[in-house]
Amino acid sequence: MPELTNKERMQIPRHHMPEQPPEVRIRNFNEVNLGYTIELAREEAERCLRCKKPVCVEGCPVAVKIPDFIKMVAEGKFKEAAEILKEDNALPAVCGRVCPQEDQCEKVCVVGKKNEPVAIGHLERFVADWERKNLGFRMPEMKPKTGKKVAIVGGGPAGLSCAGDLIRMGHDVTVFEALHEIGGVLIYGIPEFRLPKEIVRAEVDYLRQLGVEFKTDYVIGLTETVDELLERYDAVFIGVGAGLPYFLNIPGENLLGIYSANEFLTRVNLMRAFEFPKADTPIMNLQGKDVAVFGGGNTAMDAVRTALRLGAKKAMIIYRRTEAEMPARIEEIKHAKEEGVEFIFLSAPLEFIGDDDGWVRAVKVQKMQLGEPDESGRRKPVPIEGAIEIIPIDAAVIAIGNGSNPIIHKTTPDLKVNKWGNIIVDPETMKTSKKGVFAGGDIVTGGATVILAMGAGRKAAKAIDEYLKNPDIW
Amino acid sequence: MNKIVEARFIAPDIKLFRIEAPKIAEKRKPGQFVVVRVDEYGERIPLTIADSDPNEGTVTIIVQGVGKTTKQLNLLEAGDYVRDIVGPLGKPSEIENYGVAVSIGGGVGTAIAYPTAKALKEAGNYVIGIIGGRSKEYVILEDEMKKICDELYPTTDDGSYGFHGFVTHKLQQLLDEGRKIDFVLAIGPIPMMKAVAEVTRPYGIKTVVSLNPIMVDATGMCGGCRVTVDNKTYFACVDGPEFDAHKVDFDNLMKRNRMYIEHEKKALEEFICRIDLMAKKLEKQNA
Repeated sequence: MPELTNKERMQIPRHHMPEQPPEVRIRNFNEVNLGYTIELAREEAERCLRCKKPVCVEGCPVAVKIPDFIKMVAEGKFKEAAEILKEDNALPAVCGRVCPQEDQCEKVCVVGKKNEPVAIGHLERFVADWERKNLGFRMPEMKPKTGKKVAIVGGGPAGLSCAGDLIRMGHDVTVFEALHEIGGVLIYGIPEFRLPKEIVRAEVDYLRQLGVEFKTDYVIGLTETVDELLERYDAVFIGVGAGLPYFLNIPGENLLGIYSANEFLTRVNLMRAFEFPKADTPIMNLQGKDVAVFGGGNTAMDAVRTALRLGAKKAMIIYRRTEAEMPARIEEIKHAKEEGVEFIFLSAPLEFIGDDDGWVRAVKVQKMQLGEPDESGRRKPVPIEGAIEIIPIDAAVIAIGNGSNPIIHKTTPDLKVNKWGNIIVDPETMKTSKKGVFAGGDIVTGGATVILAMGAGRKAAKAIDEYLKNPDIW
Repeated sequence: MNKIVEARFIAPDIKLFRIEAPKIAEKRKPGQFVVVRVDEYGERIPLTIADSDPNEGTVTIIVQGVGKTTKQLNLLEAGDYVRDIVGPLGKPSEIENYGVAVSIGGGVGTAIAYPTAKALKEAGNYVIGIIGGRSKEYVILEDEMKKICDELYPTTDDGSYGFHGFVTHKLQQLLDEGRKIDFVLAIGPIPMMKAVAEVTRPYGIKTVVSLNPIMVDATGMCGGCRVTVDNKTYFACVDGPEFDAHKVDFDNLMKRNRMYIEHEKKALEEFICRIDLMAKKLEKQNA
């Protein structure tokens, strides 16, 4: 193909992701997005202008060399593309699926100024999937062994990306995970239809083949404390996530049929309740039922779309503000709408109403209107006096975010946390108040995204590497 | 994977297991529990640690086969493995020298009451044990309890052994006799714990119960185990499992524990059906 001019590149329309049709996919848990074909990927890659100063790289929390890998895709050199990706991103097949690209690399893409931005996420996913299917495991460049040992607490995105960098730097790495499977939110939280578990397992296997050791069923703070880890390891990274679900704190919340999003999603994803009774863990029967999900983020979208797939007749999002203020990714909202999710905006729950057996039967909501913008810049919802509605429901899922799980800081007295229990770190090095202990991800920032946690894990890995070379720099 | 080093029935459908878990054996304190998963498709079930041996690296759990998972677990023998065991979870019991402490165990609840009763004794309390069962064969850990109790009263609902009546009747009898009681620990079926709370309430005796709501992760992540205590919501897995009996909303707990009753029935039926099929196959092979 002759070299295209920038003008020609700008005129190619964005190639849309092939998807399962909505009427089909709401009856299965298979992935919604089907992935680019080789042809689609190469054509999409031709849209990249290969900017000399790529702003997209600055927009990426782990600074993937985006134009370089996309150039390789355009040339059909997928193996080389995969190698470039893996230099900066330990989990590309995951990030290509769940990163909010529209707020990061694709938001600043120059093509996006006149046309739709280059589909960077779709291309990342394509390359990672192609590599997994066609090449299998190949050892990347590894630094010589240093003999230093690092303990990683939490097997989620922050810990895995930190582990991936540290092992290549030549350190011995052990990941401690409380649950019985590695992956954190990638395994228990994000549903199969958005991130197949097989992909997470493959990414974890990749790290295992690099030499990372994984210990499941191990709760740091209870099975062993951080101080005890420090006796056996030269440094510790804490990436335990935001694992304490917020509830609405309204009457009736402990009625039967009311779940936190964490519980609802964990039952279905980690414990595979959709395969009950083959899998032992049940989830309430939602066939023909009306389900309300409270919240407007990605987790709320995951929960409501899971409810549909479990057979719910009506799956509703009930949100205090309007669509414009919803923190969920645009793609998730679009998919939810296509699948028939009903959105009830400007409604704040006041009370759950139950029957004699203790099951939830309805929710009483206060209708709201948008007032002045608050500190976050979003217009604050204010109640419309007397405007109260009763919405009949059979089940509810609360997806309004997570606080920090206190197990670590309660058992590590000299680890400084803020008033919300988030660990306080130096933002440049991710080092904590405790010598040799670093932290990153949701336990530091509060609930955020997979890629930000991964970025924090990388930053910490770099600082840990320096610290291990010279512990006196602390 | 954790190896079972000892497995034996101590009552009908109630089996004692000693399982290799060195870290947990070293760390655990009375009142704490583990989560066990039998196999790859298994659910995560919380089980209180009845005892541990840090030298040998084992923990002891006592399991009553009531649903699919516990019945499946009770089919395992020494030499078999469980897929996962994690812990020690939950807050340890608050052990003090209260003076006279009564430790009440109903059915398999005695297995949970036992380690705390032992710790109460070691802390200097005069310990009175009341251990109940439907009938004689359901009274468990009598020898173990006898060793650590200053007085021990087995009770049976049908009068086949010990005191004829519920554990609450025995407790009431002690109170009616004017015995000074400073602390009560009651562990067993929810109606029993609720009844104990009502017996001690008028006397203002500090009473603690160990709650057994449905759990998934058991580390505070899912909130499925939320219980209402003093009109506030707590997570039994990290805030408990022990709570002030006089403040627990037992009715809410009882209802919440029935959430999957239909599923449990179905899972058990299918399991028994599968076992029957396997047994028939074996019979055929042997014939």
